[in-house]
Amino acid sequence: MSVLVFIEHREGKFHKGAFELVSYASRIANDMGTSLVALSLGDVPSDELSKAGAYGAGKVLNVNDSRLSQLDNAAWTKVIEQAVQQESATVIVMASGFTGKAIAPRLSARLRAGMVAYATAVPSSYNPFTVRKKTFSGKAFSDVVINTPVRIITLAPNAFGVHEAPVTAEVKQFTPSVTDADFTTKVESSEKFSGKVLLTEADIVVSAGRGMKGPENWGPIEELASVLGAATACSRPVADEGWRPHTEHVGQTGKVIAPNVYFAFGISGAIQHVAGISSSKVIIAVNKDPEAPIFSVADYGIVGDVQKVLPQLIQSIKEVKAQ
Amino acid sequence: MNILVCLSNVPDTTTRIKLAADNSKVDLSGIQWVINPWDELALTRALEIKETTGTLVGKVSVAMVGKTEVEPTLRKALAIGADDAFRVDLDPADAFQVAAELAGLIKANPYEIILCGIESSDYNGSMVGGMLSELLGYTSISSVSSLSLQDGKVALTREIDGGKETISVSAPLVAIVQKGIAIDPRIPSMRGIMASRTKPLSVLASCGSPSLTSFGNFSLPVPKSACRMVDAENVPELVRLLHSEAKVI
Ligand SMILES: Cc1cc2nc3c(=O)[nH]c(=O)nc-3n(C[C@H](O)[C@H](O)[C@H](O)COP(=O)(O)OP(=O)(O)OC[C@H]3O[C@@H](n4cnc5c(N)ncnc54)[C@H](O)[C@@H]3O)c2cc1C
Repeated sequence: MSVLVFIEHREGKFHKGAFELVSYASRIANDMGTSLVALSLGDVPSDELSKAGAYGAGKVLNVNDSRLSQLDNAAWTKVIEQAVQQESATVIVMASGFTGKAIAPRLSARLRAGMVAYATAVPSSYNPFTVRKKTFSGKAFSDVVINTPVRIITLAPNAFGVHEAPVTAEVKQFTPSVTDADFTTKVESSEKFSGKVLLTEADIVVSAGRGMKGPENWGPIEELASVLGAATACSRPVADEGWRPHTEHVGQTGKVIAPNVYFAFGISGAIQHVAGISSSKVIIAVNKDPEAPIFSVADYGIVGDVQKVLPQLIQSIKEVKAQ
Repeated sequence: MNILVCLSNVPDTTTRIKLAADNSKVDLSGIQWVINPWDELALTRALEIKETTGTLVGKVSVAMVGKTEVEPTLRKALAIGADDAFRVDLDPADAFQVAAELAGLIKANPYEIILCGIESSDYNGSMVGGMLSELLGYTSISSVSSLSLQDGKVALTREIDGGKETISVSAPLVAIVQKGIAIDPRIPSMRGIMASRTKPLSVLASCGSPSLTSFGNFSLPVPKSACRMVDAENVPELVRLLHSEAKVI
């Protein structure tokens, strides 16, 4: 028996999201009195792979097969299935991001393993195996009982945090049997949003809405984000108008995020927007309308004009950072 | 080729969620039901493809697993422009059961392109499309933000963590779509509404598929304490609070 955690890297390096996932899976393995195995696909140096040990993975499997360098849902599913079998895993943990959405349900159907997506905590009970998840886009939570011997959990971003639990990780190559016929997805070209902080992983998010009046006013938003090392985000109409890229759209129909700090500038706080940000730990809103619904979910607020408040805020944060 | 769009029936996005007295379920009384927003975009894109590719696409069908109460939502899809509809007569217990019932339907009525929304706005599973593709043994592409037919192949754009990719695959496939796939959802026209009344809506018996999970209790998020307001003339006070009280910067 074991717990298997599937972790992703970017250009051969693991980021916060991967370590959070290992931390989460390690807690489950501990609760179940079993061991934790991490699985990673692609070209990752062995000292990087062994970093998973710092968060509790006693074994790290790496598959280095260039055919797997691009996401192919069916082929990746087959690879993970073989790792699950080799390690007799009874719990499989993945991130709820794009890869998790693509692979976890395929794996669930293949293994007839019940699945919970967007889990917000470790299982509240192991018998029956019960996991809490967000439902109705964060407007409610539900406890889901998995009634199968093998279970799959995808973890909502920033739901558990990174926790050290050092063990020595044994790094091993894993060679699954996949044939060329298993690959059906041909990637013609790809575009990387490089250098920037990933929105779903960011600790701080600086977000702005229609109250900014136009894309030409985004300078201070980007400046504030860079001063804070934050990711930028926006409301849906802002993305729909083409003021900002769709990848920044947060809310019920965009990305669901849970940063430590969420700044909302000129965002009214419509229920569909709030659905995507309500798990943020601290919400700060600046809006000229004192009745704007965003203030009912915010922790700190300023009623005022974003154009006036932003430069002062940037100035003042720079001063605090300089201290 | 034919396109099938799988639909889910969800509470309108402005719904405030209330729980039944014993927290065992969501109180569904008074809820306005709509087509899941991503499924609506998927249907819109399917119709656009059918209209712009001559005779390439024979028909666009819609399918839903649900009891009679979901029929108004299926009729709405017909009014938007789908050619025919299927309802699998079952109140599903989980996503696997939905996927398995849809797989049964598709094995009996094959489609080359199957579209699913990336998630349903009620239980936020992001599961049905992926499970369905595995049960059918089809290629699946997830988080799809554009889809078109090109030289006998299907060209798609998908979002991945930190980027996006342009992809080409052969049918049959399950495309799991997100925002961007169509700009705005189509709204039924008066003519569409009239026509929808006579379009075929077939009711199929469940093929008896199992479920893998069940629901325990529901709960609501803890309400936030009141927002602490800072004067617009005193922005440094906000920064001080964030620094020394909230300790976040
Ligand atoms: C099915 C569906 C799904 C949706 N999904 C999403 C989603 O995922 N994400 C999302 O964001 N929305 C979503 N929406 C849209 C949502 O209902 C709102 O329309 C949207 O969030 C409003 O964006 P906004 O706050 O930027 O703009 P507005 O509602 O126009 O608000 C602008 C705000 O800026 C303030 N303002 C204006 N000028 C200034 C100034 N100079 N200084 C300070 N404040 C100023 C105003 O007081 C106002 O509160 C969805 C809607 C539907 C129907």
